[in-house]
Amino acid sequence: MSAVATGPAAGLPRWAVLALLPGLNLLAAFAVSGLVVVLIGENPWQVVRILVWGAFGFEEAIGYTLFYATNFIFTGLAVAVAFHCGLFNIGGEGQAYVGGLGVALVCLHLDFLPFALIVPAAVAGAALFGAAWAFVPAWLQARRGSHIVITTIMFNFIAASVMVYLLVNVMARPGSMEPETRGFAPHAYLPPMHEALGAVGIEIAASPLNLSFPWALLCAAGVWLFLWHTRAGYRLRAAGASPAAALYGGISPPRQVLVAMLVSGALAGFMSLNELMGVQHRLVLEFTAGYGFAGIAVALMGRGHPAGVVLASVLFGALYQGGAELAFEVPRITRDMVVVIQGLVILFAGALEFMFVPALRAALLRRVGG
Amino acid sequence: MPFPEEPRNTAEGAGAPAVELRRIDKRFGAVHANRDVSLAVAPGTIHGIVGENGAGKTTLMNVLYGFYRADRGEIRVAGRAVAIGGSQDAIAAGIGMVHQHFMLVDTFTVAENVILGVEGGALLASGTERARRELARLAREYALEVPPDALAGDLPVGLQQRVEILKALYRGAGVLILDEPTGALTPPEAGHLFRILRRLGAQGKTVILITHKLREIMAVTDRVSVMRQGRMVAHRDTAGTTIPELAELMVGRRVLLRVEKGPARPGRELLAVERLSVHDPRGAPRVRDVSFTVRAGEIVGIAGVAGNGQSELLEALAGLRPVSGGRILLAGEPVGSGRPGLRRRGLAHVPEDRRRMGLVMPFEARESAILGYHDDSRYRRAGLLDWAAVSRDTAGKMSAFDVRPAEPRRITAAFSGGNQQKLVLAREIERDPLVLLVGQPTRGVDVGAIEFIHRRLVAMRAAGKAILLVSAELDEIMGLSDRILVMYGGSIAGELPAGRATEQALGLLMAGAGTRRAARGAR
Repeated sequence: MSAVATGPAAGLPRWAVLALLPGLNLLAAFAVSGLVVVLIGENPWQVVRILVWGAFGFEEAIGYTLFYATNFIFTGLAVAVAFHCGLFNIGGEGQAYVGGLGVALVCLHLDFLPFALIVPAAVAGAALFGAAWAFVPAWLQARRGSHIVITTIMFNFIAASVMVYLLVNVMARPGSMEPETRGFAPHAYLPPMHEALGAVGIEIAASPLNLSFPWALLCAAGVWLFLWHTRAGYRLRAAGASPAAALYGGISPPRQVLVAMLVSGALAGFMSLNELMGVQHRLVLEFTAGYGFAGIAVALMGRGHPAGVVLASVLFGALYQGGAELAFEVPRITRDMVVVIQGLVILFAGALEFMFVPALRAALLRRVGG
Repeated sequence: MPFPEEPRNTAEGAGAPAVELRRIDKRFGAVHANRDVSLAVAPGTIHGIVGENGAGKTTLMNVLYGFYRADRGEIRVAGRAVAIGGSQDAIAAGIGMVHQHFMLVDTFTVAENVILGVEGGALLASGTERARRELARLAREYALEVPPDALAGDLPVGLQQRVEILKALYRGAGVLILDEPTGALTPPEAGHLFRILRRLGAQGKTVILITHKLREIMAVTDRVSVMRQGRMVAHRDTAGTTIPELAELMVGRRVLLRVEKGPARPGRELLAVERLSVHDPRGAPRVRDVSFTVRAGEIVGIAGVAGNGQSELLEALAGLRPVSGGRILLAGEPVGSGRPGLRRRGLAHVPEDRRRMGLVMPFEARESAILGYHDDSRYRRAGLLDWAAVSRDTAGKMSAFDVRPAEPRRITAAFSGGNQQKLVLAREIERDPLVLLVGQPTRGVDVGAIEFIHRRLVAMRAAGKAILLVSAELDEIMGLSDRILVMYGGSIAGELPAGRATEQALGLLMAGAGTRRAARGAR
């Protein structure tokens, strides 16, 4: 890559844009969060200590942090892929939710399959259902020009309603008032990492972290390979960066919209593997719990690059896990504080992404330029 | 620093320059856009500023108009030092600017546009009334007639530009800056603009004209200043200089302004267009029943005022627009409606708008350099894109076409316009096509690169390729083409062999004279 960035941060060295700028944005978000903590009447240093300890202080905490991060990786990658095609996929929430339906159908109705077959089948189910839910808005965008932001938001609501209907009326465990399906067969559980690693002689503390995590890392590597090293990825990025140039180059932008959204929906659908096959072991109402929306922030924070998405996911996972510890240790701070911090991170890393550019430019270039 | 005259007279009053910039310095990051630039413009004169793209002329004017703040230096208006922190300050100091891209509200009338920002009170009526009287007066004084109640969006480009000038004058501008004002004008419109400018000068207004067209400088200015690489390199009285001297000052070396080419040796028909019609997506006809041929070893130029169907014709030939009638033959074989495969059949296309269409601006140069050829097996290894091969290939193209800096991984947008254009040409020409469609090959390209691009096109002609050239620059069309077609209203208004084409003859055809439609319209 070239040494100098273009766009709003034009003229800054690349390392400053890739590392320093997000770092500064994050610091600013934490500084304001610290002010909120002071207003509540707590000591911000104490809060930071508990938060970091709660997220990384002991093995089990790390396991939880990475478990949450797994969800963020899938939904963050989903947003990032669409973003490279110039699409803002707000529908990760709904796509993950419907992806869960695919997982549940496989795990409930194909449970005669052995573990080695049911897992790939469930992965396929998650991808297929997630992609299918993304296909309709994608088709409407590609063929009819209906704005994908609007349609994917609407499809989140539709997904929520459809899932409530299915869980209450169709898929609920017979004789139960709970809006959830019967439990999956044990061989349809994804083994947690402490068991998987234990089998090869590596001992780690028990946590919900499961095989979805390595799968998420594989997906991140796959997205990187796809976007920057395949012709399909080239076409997708060309259409996203300049539809007119893509058309000139013999690439059909509407077709790329479909490709991007199908890949995006499939990635979002994978989130349900972690939650349903890893932990819940059945289909429950609203298991997506906002991870789909948080994926937007993760993708922004990670600047659309799979490596950045993984790092941002770990950060968000740490906030979730550390925040839970924090709420437990400091009664005056509730889990809402995590939402506040998250919101501030989104604000500074997303909406105010380039706020520090003028100052940074002045500081760096005056020195370099003499 | 070679200023011919160090400004001496700084006392207030009649002898002071209308505008004086002293030792202006402006950096953008690593780019030193203006280095110690000084300029004095005498009142009541038309002062030209020329320079290649990126020479710093627009930056300098933006400093004067308050868009940028200079790092160092002083601005004096009529002998008094002024602090210009924004365009409001510039307007208050009596400086008006007519931008390259007009800043009009299309759905407002001319009068409403003129009073925008200076409505003069909460109710519009009095302001509009005053504007109307003032517009009438300005129209008399400067030959600036514009219908005050027409919607700005309905006006032709030449009139929109007059509205911009009126806006500046209405705000009491004594100094008027025009940035590349003739880019979108027909020769007659440009002529009218120059008459207006002379009249403004005669009435004591000061005009600063930024352009890269040296003929305009010679035609209309009193004095001219030349910028190169952020520095002011020379000031000349227009009467005492020549186009070759100015070109040399701009580039820093001798430039060949005339294209050297041998006699045409046309061969077989490589491109034939038969009764082609193209409609836009709304169903309006853009190209009407156009027929022509381009033979091997021949450059056919298409002249015309922007918006008369040349762009649509070019895009239809390149397969980017559906054809509604007629047919296209490539090397004798009819071209189907499908776009794919045209490149493989030897059709290359340099699109008019390289920023929007020819290149993907956020991509690395090597990614842009394979656009359209990205499916080629030579760029692939084990099913993946072979970036090492692409880099080698791009580096080769860059050195063949002198693209600077020759860094295949540099972001496309970070190249200058001329180097971007050379990258597009390299991509399209290095494939050795049979037919080359070229749109605006030198738009926004600096003099040195223009010379290079023209030589490459002539070399392709010598190599027996068929070239169809669409350009808004009459000089370019006349210099390169063997035959010239003029488009007006979507039809071909006439064809002239290059030897018989004069600017007057082309200008008449471009304005629609001689066509049946024009005759009907006149009645």
